[in-house]
Amino acid sequence: MADMAAHSAHPPGFAHQFEEMAQQRAAGNLGMWVFLVTEIMFFGGLFATYTVYRSLHPQAFEIGSHLLEVQFGATNTAVLICSSLTMALAIHSAQTGKSKSTIIGYLIATMILGAAFIGIKLYFEWYHDYVEHLVPGINFAIRPEWGHAGSQVPMFFCFYFFMTALHALHMVIGIGILTVLTIMTARGRFSSEYYAPLEVSGLYWHFVDIVWIFLFPLLYLIGGRYGTGVH
Amino acid sequence: MSSQEQHEHVVPVGTYVGIFLALIALTGITTGVAYIDLGAANTVVALAIAVVKMLLVVLFFMHVKYSAGLTRLVIVAGFFWLAIMVAMTLSDELTRHWTPESGPWSVLLPILPKTF
Amino acid sequence: MSTLVAPVHEPPSESSRVHYLNASYGIRSWLFTTDHKRIALLYLGSITFMFLVGGVAATLMRLHLIEPQGTLFEPGTYNKLFTIHGIVMVFFFLVPSIPATLGNFLVPMMIGARDLAFPKLNLLSWYIYIVGALFTLYAIIAGGVDTGWTFYTPYSSSYAHSQVIAVALGVFITGFSSILTGLNFVVTIHKMRAPGLTWFRLPLFIWAMYATSIIFILGTPVIAIALFLLALERLLHIGIFDPAIGGDPLLFQHLFWFYSHPAVYIMILPGMGVISELITCFSRKRIFGYSFVAFSSMAIAVISFLVWGHHMFVTGQSIYAGLIFSVLSFLVAIPSAVKVFNWTATLYKGSISYQAPMLYALGFIGLFTMGGLTGLFLAALATDVHLNGTYFIVAHFHYIMVGGAVMAYLGGIHFWWPKITGRLYSDGWARFGALVIFVGFNLTFFPQFMLGYLGMPRRYAVYPAEFQVLNVMSSAGASILGIGYLIPLIYLLWSMRYGPPAGPNPWRAKGLEWKTPSPPPTENFEEIPVVTEDAYNYAHSGGEPRG
Repeated sequence: MADMAAHSAHPPGFAHQFEEMAQQRAAGNLGMWVFLVTEIMFFGGLFATYTVYRSLHPQAFEIGSHLLEVQFGATNTAVLICSSLTMALAIHSAQTGKSKSTIIGYLIATMILGAAFIGIKLYFEWYHDYVEHLVPGINFAIRPEWGHAGSQVPMFFCFYFFMTALHALHMVIGIGILTVLTIMTARGRFSSEYYAPLEVSGLYWHFVDIVWIFLFPLLYLIGGRYGTGVH
Repeated sequence: MSSQEQHEHVVPVGTYVGIFLALIALTGITTGVAYIDLGAANTVVALAIAVVKMLLVVLFFMHVKYSAGLTRLVIVAGFFWLAIMVAMTLSDELTRHWTPESGPWSVLLPILPKTF
Repeated sequence: MSTLVAPVHEPPSESSRVHYLNASYGIRSWLFTTDHKRIALLYLGSITFMFLVGGVAATLMRLHLIEPQGTLFEPGTYNKLFTIHGIVMVFFFLVPSIPATLGNFLVPMMIGARDLAFPKLNLLSWYIYIVGALFTLYAIIAGGVDTGWTFYTPYSSSYAHSQVIAVALGVFITGFSSILTGLNFVVTIHKMRAPGLTWFRLPLFIWAMYATSIIFILGTPVIAIALFLLALERLLHIGIFDPAIGGDPLLFQHLFWFYSHPAVYIMILPGMGVISELITCFSRKRIFGYSFVAFSSMAIAVISFLVWGHHMFVTGQSIYAGLIFSVLSFLVAIPSAVKVFNWTATLYKGSISYQAPMLYALGFIGLFTMGGLTGLFLAALATDVHLNGTYFIVAHFHYIMVGGAVMAYLGGIHFWWPKITGRLYSDGWARFGALVIFVGFNLTFFPQFMLGYLGMPRRYAVYPAEFQVLNVMSSAGASILGIGYLIPLIYLLWSMRYGPPAGPNPWRAKGLEWKTPSPPPTENFEEIPVVTEDAYNYAHSGGEPRG
């Protein structure tokens, strides 16, 4: 039954409500996936309402989408994909027993890429939108060239800002988590036997990447870019 | 208890880099296709590519390809519930202005007086 | 006796045995505990306090409604009372009640585990609950909210001059407490069952907690985003529910009810789990149709997500969507009915005893059935047009929430009290309390069915004079009900100090939790048990002499 000898041989990080390390690991993974499902429903509420309004006001959404700059959206998508790679490599390094500095290197690379994402968004996009009077509730100005759909263009920008802000908030939290992980790694808490916090944090980080993978086409590429408005 | 063995599997670095390159390529394709006039299909293509990208991240970066069935069930359940929310909300929002004369139900109008 | 002989080494007596209550002392040992049993008690104290807050609001409302023109309050204040009553009772009492107290205490014990999968997350859950409650209490003190617990836009987003954001934040924050509890339960039940404890040997309480946790996980985030968007719109004076930019106020209702309908099943499913435990123990009989009861919990959890539009039949929702929601609402009654049939069949030829927990269980079956059946009138589109917005609805949901969920909660508290505290309470006083509650409850809420049918609207501070008799009856009942709730508070607290020791299994019940001492040790089990028999393995199976 219970292997008494193994109890004393449990690796560091073992929590005593569990019987075995494998059980703890499985529980940790399942727990993070269940949490990600709650995030699917949380962002999902925004995606659902977006779907409703895009169906009801397609022209306003297209006008709004064309006012966003595709190159920043695409660049940010690439930045996040890179960060997912570096995150996966950080976990891989822990899994294969690489040195602390290797793991930390990948973690810091992930954080830098995340910060770059936020920097691009804040400065090149949001600040630019503020200057262009495209921020609902702050300084939104309806332009006559938008025609009869113009009064609904603020709706698109409500979604743009709410969704990207919520996403950015999750990224900031992710960077915070990565900071904690970096410190833990530096203190030697992880090994090829115990790296569960890295693994579950990686799941979170990849999830945030996936949200952006959907936000990019849904916000930036509505109605295509082949029309008159090729920036 | 067989799910205890999940994540013992080590994904080779080459796989990760390959998936990464695929994701970058797909991002390029999504952006490029937006500049081609496909009408309504633009949205379909963009979303389809996004789904493929998501699958690559989920299966390989998030290790679901090597994970237990329970993990997959949890993920499918999440998306299924999201679909419920979207579909049933749309069932109201998009049909609110239907009347018996104008919606698909109008096909029944000729036979209704005879039925009841 | 004092002697001059060296003391003999005696086996530890009950008073010196170490268990989870005396393993450590001091407020720090409670506020920083990760023991699921202590966290359950932290919740017990908090939700009892919130119940009293919500109860005061109800008392004031019923006092006000004795006269057709109202006795105490301006309509604006009355609006704040029913809003706060609803918000506090739903989000801060009913939703956490059984899961956070009995669930936290019993889930690990019933499955033979030492704790939940994530004990620190469990403690965090409680702190999050407290922060949310503090926001809400602040809002009450700072002027209250008058939107109704349903926060409908555009009133809440654009016109209300009350503490909408504070309360919305309070509910938003507390939602995360639910989410983490549900997450903890799902992972624990999947991964930490004792050897031999297959899914179909689990107590039905565990099935109920699992189904409830699914709803926590999938539903709560949606009300979170709904309230978040509401708060944003209130702050920015523009938002996605704003018709000026093409928004639809009804969309708030979709997001709100997507959670809040399944939420009512969050409030009743754990109660149903408790009832399965009580009925089997107090008829000394196996549950009739175990797998049907287990699957009906899962069916309720799933179908509950498909019916939310029945709260919106008269709000301007599409008739066609209404049709779909109506049919599905009839469907969701079926698994609940299955449970009632199975409990009744369990009672049949059982060896029934009428201790207090059983009185609560029997009361539940009757009152929940009445509440559930009246829901069918509301699920039918045509009758809902007449009954919506009236006291019929108020009576319907109070029959289920109070006649059902609260009775189940009290029944569960009484059943597991000896295990939790190691003490017995006076069953005579307990039965008396149960009867007072039953009488008070029916006198309060049955007249409200009649009021609703006759057309008295809900949420109104004044009413036509012809409704006064029924209103006075209802208020009289409410005072009896209020006293009824105080009675258990008194004798249960008294028992903690003066009650006789309970022993490990005073009810001779089946279940792993009853194999431990009362109160249990911190680690629950000295050795993790191995399970070899089905649940409810009572000797008596109907038609045979008492075992």
